[in-house]
Amino acid sequence: MKKKSFYIFINGKKIKAKKGETILEVARKNNIEIPTLCYHPDLKEKASCRICVVEIKGKNRLVTSCSTEVQEGMEILTNSRRVKKARKINLELLFSQHKEECYDCVWQNNCQLLELAKKYKVTINRFKDRKTNYPVYQFGPAIIFDSSKCIDCRNCVEICEKQGVGFLEVKETKDHHLFKVVPRKDKVCVYCGQCLIHCPAGAFEGVGEFEEIEKPLNEKNKIVVVQFAPSIRTSIGEEFGMAYGEVVTGKIAAVLKKLGFDKVFDTSVGADFTTTEESKEIVERIKSNKNLPSLTSCCPAWVRYIEYYYPEFIHNLTTVRSPQVILGGLIKTYWAEKQKINPKNIVVVSIMPCIAKKYEITRPELKIKGMKPVDYVLTTRELARLIKRKKINFKKIKPEKLDNIFGNPSGAGVIYGASGGVMESAFRTTYEILTKKTLKRIDFKPMRGMKGIKKAEIKINGKVRKIAVVNGLGNAKKLLEEIKSNPKEKYTCIEVMACPGGCIGGGGQPIPTNKEIRKKRAQSLYTIDKKKHIRKAHKNPIVEKIYKEFLEKEKSLAHSILHTSYSKKTKEKIKKLK
Amino acid sequence: MKRENIITKLKKEKLTGRSGSSFPTWLKWQLVKKEKAEKKFIICNGSEGEPGTFKDGFILQNHPNEVIEGIKIALEFLDNSTAYIYLRKDYYKRFAYKLKKLTRNLAINIVKKQGGYLSGEETAICEAIEGKVALPRPKPPYPTQKGLWGYPTLVNNVETFYWVAKIAKNEYKNQKFFSISGDIKNPGVFQLPEKWTIKKVLQETKNIPNFDFFVQAGGGAAGEILLPNQLNRQIKGIATIIVFNRKKIDLFQLMKKWNNFFLRENCDKCTPCREGAFRIAEMLQKKKLDNKTLKDLFFVLDATSLCPLGKIMVNPFKSLIENLL
Ligand code: SF4
Ligand code: SF4
Ligand code: SF4
Ligand code: FES
Repeated sequence: MKKKSFYIFINGKKIKAKKGETILEVARKNNIEIPTLCYHPDLKEKASCRICVVEIKGKNRLVTSCSTEVQEGMEILTNSRRVKKARKINLELLFSQHKEECYDCVWQNNCQLLELAKKYKVTINRFKDRKTNYPVYQFGPAIIFDSSKCIDCRNCVEICEKQGVGFLEVKETKDHHLFKVVPRKDKVCVYCGQCLIHCPAGAFEGVGEFEEIEKPLNEKNKIVVVQFAPSIRTSIGEEFGMAYGEVVTGKIAAVLKKLGFDKVFDTSVGADFTTTEESKEIVERIKSNKNLPSLTSCCPAWVRYIEYYYPEFIHNLTTVRSPQVILGGLIKTYWAEKQKINPKNIVVVSIMPCIAKKYEITRPELKIKGMKPVDYVLTTRELARLIKRKKINFKKIKPEKLDNIFGNPSGAGVIYGASGGVMESAFRTTYEILTKKTLKRIDFKPMRGMKGIKKAEIKINGKVRKIAVVNGLGNAKKLLEEIKSNPKEKYTCIEVMACPGGCIGGGGQPIPTNKEIRKKRAQSLYTIDKKKHIRKAHKNPIVEKIYKEFLEKEKSLAHSILHTSYSKKTKEKIKKLK
Repeated sequence: MKRENIITKLKKEKLTGRSGSSFPTWLKWQLVKKEKAEKKFIICNGSEGEPGTFKDGFILQNHPNEVIEGIKIALEFLDNSTAYIYLRKDYYKRFAYKLKKLTRNLAINIVKKQGGYLSGEETAICEAIEGKVALPRPKPPYPTQKGLWGYPTLVNNVETFYWVAKIAKNEYKNQKFFSISGDIKNPGVFQLPEKWTIKKVLQETKNIPNFDFFVQAGGGAAGEILLPNQLNRQIKGIATIIVFNRKKIDLFQLMKKWNNFFLRENCDKCTPCREGAFRIAEMLQKKKLDNKTLKDLFFVLDATSLCPLGKIMVNPFKSLIENLL
C-alpha cells in the first residue's frame, strides 16, 4: 500500500511529506538542520534528551521532532525563539552531568555536544558538574567506560540488550534517586563495542584509544609489520571527510609506510587462509557428521559470547583461527624464516574495525612457540587519529601497493568485512572441494545485505544443506534458541558476526555509524571483489604456495598456526579505574 | 439497558474522566468501541498515586458494588472484552479479597500495582499488566487504539466507573468526590457538586480555618498553592485540597517534600525533569533560590518534559514562590 502523502510547512516553506514519517526525517531529507543527541536510527526512539524540540503552530508545548509524526498541514518552526531557548537550557543541564575531557574523546573531531554548545551559546559550566565522582570502569582488555561523561540517554543499555548480552543496566542510586548506567555483576561483556559507537557523549572508549596508539611506532630495533582488515578500506576515508564507502586501499598502504611501518600486509590474505582451512574442516565435519552445524569463529566477540553464554555450542565453533591471527602466525614463522629474521624481533600490528580484536590477541592459547601472533591492535579510529596527529594529509596521499608476499588477497578475502562474506567465501571453496567442479556462479547473493538473519538452502552433490548468516548477537541468540528448541532444524554452517552488518559496523569503526553508512561500506567491498581476477580463497597463489611448501609439510607447526581451542568462560571481576 | 444508550446518557451528563485529565468519558468509550479488533480490554484504574488523594480508596471501601456495576456496563458495551482492576499496593491488600468475591463470575481480574507514581499512567498500567516494567509508553498509539497486549483498551478511573453506574440508573447529580486534608477539623472524602468553588467546598464541609492559611489544590504534589483570596475558583485537576497553617509550616520543608516526591517518582529519562528536579533539590538544600535559574527550569519543564510529571512539577513551586516568598 502506498503511504499517503501531503504537505506540511517547515519554517514557512511548503514541503511534501509522507504519512508515518517523523518531523526529523522530513526535515533532514530537505536539508533542514535539527540537532539531536539521543536519537540513533539503529535504536528505538527514546525522545529523552529533548534537544530536537520544535514548535508546532497552535500547540503550547514543544514537541520532539525525532518522535513526532507529521500531520497534514502541520506548521513547524525549527528555530523559533522558544525552541532556541529550550535547547540552550536543556544543553546546559546536560553539560552539568557530562565531564568534559575533550582531548581524549572518541568524538574529538565531531562532538555534537560542543558544536551545539557553540551554536546555542551555552554556558557549559552554568551548573556544577554532578557526576565528577562517578566511576570509570574497564571491561577486560577492551573497553573503558567513564560514567562521569554519561548524559543518561540509555542508548548503550538498549544496544547491549539488543546484542543479547544485557551487561549494562540502569540502577537507581541513593543520590537523589538518580539512575545511573552500571555494568552488571552477573553478566560479562563480550567487547563488541556497540555501546561505544552508539553513545552520543563519548563515555566509552577502546583501551589505549588515546595514550597507546603511538607505542607500536616506538618499538626500537624491531621489524614492525602492519596488517589491516578488509573492512577498513571502505571506512577510514570517512574520518578525513571522504564519501561513505570510498575505497582507499592504496592510500592506507601509503599512509602506513609513511608512518614508518616496515611492511604493510593485508589481513584479507589471512582471510584466504582461514577460508581454505575452514572449508577443509567443514568437509571433514560433513563426512563424519560431527560437530554440525559448524559455527564461524573469526569474530572474537561472538566466540566469547558462546564461551560464556552458550558453552554447549563450543564444540560447534570451527577451530580455525581468525584472519589476523593466522596472518600474524605466518609472518612470525614462514615469512620470518624466508626473510631470515629472528621472529622475536618482529612486531605485528593489526588495524582492525573492532574492539574485541584487542581482547582476541590476549588469548593465551593463540601463542606459537611462546610468541603472540599479533602484538598490537589499533582500531580504524585509532589509525585515523595517529594519521591526524602526525599531520599526514590522507586525502591527498598517493596510493601505493601493499607489500609482498601478503599483499594480494582474493576477492573472497575482501568481502570478509561484510556480513555474509565469510559464508560466501567458504561456499566458493567448499563447493569446489566437495564437487571437484569449478564454481561458475561466484556471487552468492542471498548471503549479502543487512538483514539480521539470512537463511538459505543449497544443493551440493545432490543433498540439500541449510545454512544461515547472522549479524548482531541478539539475532544469533534468537537462532541458537531456535536450534535448541527444535533439534530437527539442522544447519550445516552458520556464520555469525557480532556487529550489525558485520565488521563494517564494528565497534572500532568511525562514528557515526548507522544502517545507511554500513550499507555503503559493504557495497564497496563487493565492488572490490567483483573487480578481482582471483575471487576464490584457495586459488590465491600465495595460499597454494604456502600450503604446498610449508603447511602440508610441517603438520604440527601448521596446526598451531591455523587452529585454536576454546573453553567455557566464567564471570570476571569488573575493574574500577576510578 | 440497551448498549448504545449508555453513550447517549454519558454524553448528556457530560461525565469527564476523574483522574485529572477531564477527557469526555463518552468519547473515550466511543473510540474503543469503534476500533476493529477480535478482543478488547477494560482497565479500572485504582492506582491513586497523588499525595493527599484518597477518594478512590473511599469509593472502593464504601461503594464497591457500584464500581463493579460500572465495569459490567463497559463489559457489555464492548464485544469480547475482559476487565482488570488495577490497585495500588495498600488498596490491593485492603480490597482485593472483597473485590474478588464480588467479581467471581465476571470477566474481571484484580491486579496489584507495580512501581510508583508513573506506573499509574494509563500506558504504564498496560505495561505492568503485561508483566513488563511499568513505565509509560510513547503516545500515540493511545490505549484506545493499542493498549493492553496491543488491543483497544478502555482505561477509566475507579470514580468514573462509579459514576457510570449512577448515570445508568439515572442517579447522577453532577457531583464528584473531594479529598480534603491538612490542618482542618473535618478531613475526609466528600461527595459534592463538581461546580463548587474551593471556598464553597471548604465552607460547606466546615473546614475554613480561623487562622492565616493557604491551600494546595489539585494534588499533594502537583497541585498549585492558593491564598485565601484566590479560592473563588474550581479545582484544576484532581479534586484534592490540602490546607496549611501559614504560621506553622516551614515552606522549605514543604518544597523539599514535593521535590523528594518528584525525585523519587520521576523516571529520570528526560533531561528537564531529571536534571531540573536535581537542581531544585540543590537550591533547596542551600536554601537559596535563584530566580533566573528557576525561571529557566520551569520553562523547559513546562515546554519540553517527556511526560506530564515534569510539566506538573512546575505548578506547586511556581505558585508557592509567587504567593508566599
Ligand atoms: S553512557 Fe552514553 S550511551 Fe550510555 S546512557 Fe550514557 S550517554 Fe547514553
Ligand atoms: S561491548 Fe558489547 S557487550 Fe560489552 S557492554 Fe558494550 S555493547 Fe555490551
Ligand atoms: S563483527 Fe567484526 S568488528 Fe564486530 S566484534 Fe566481530 S570481528 Fe569485531
Ligand atoms: S534527539 Fe529527539 S529527544 Fe533526543
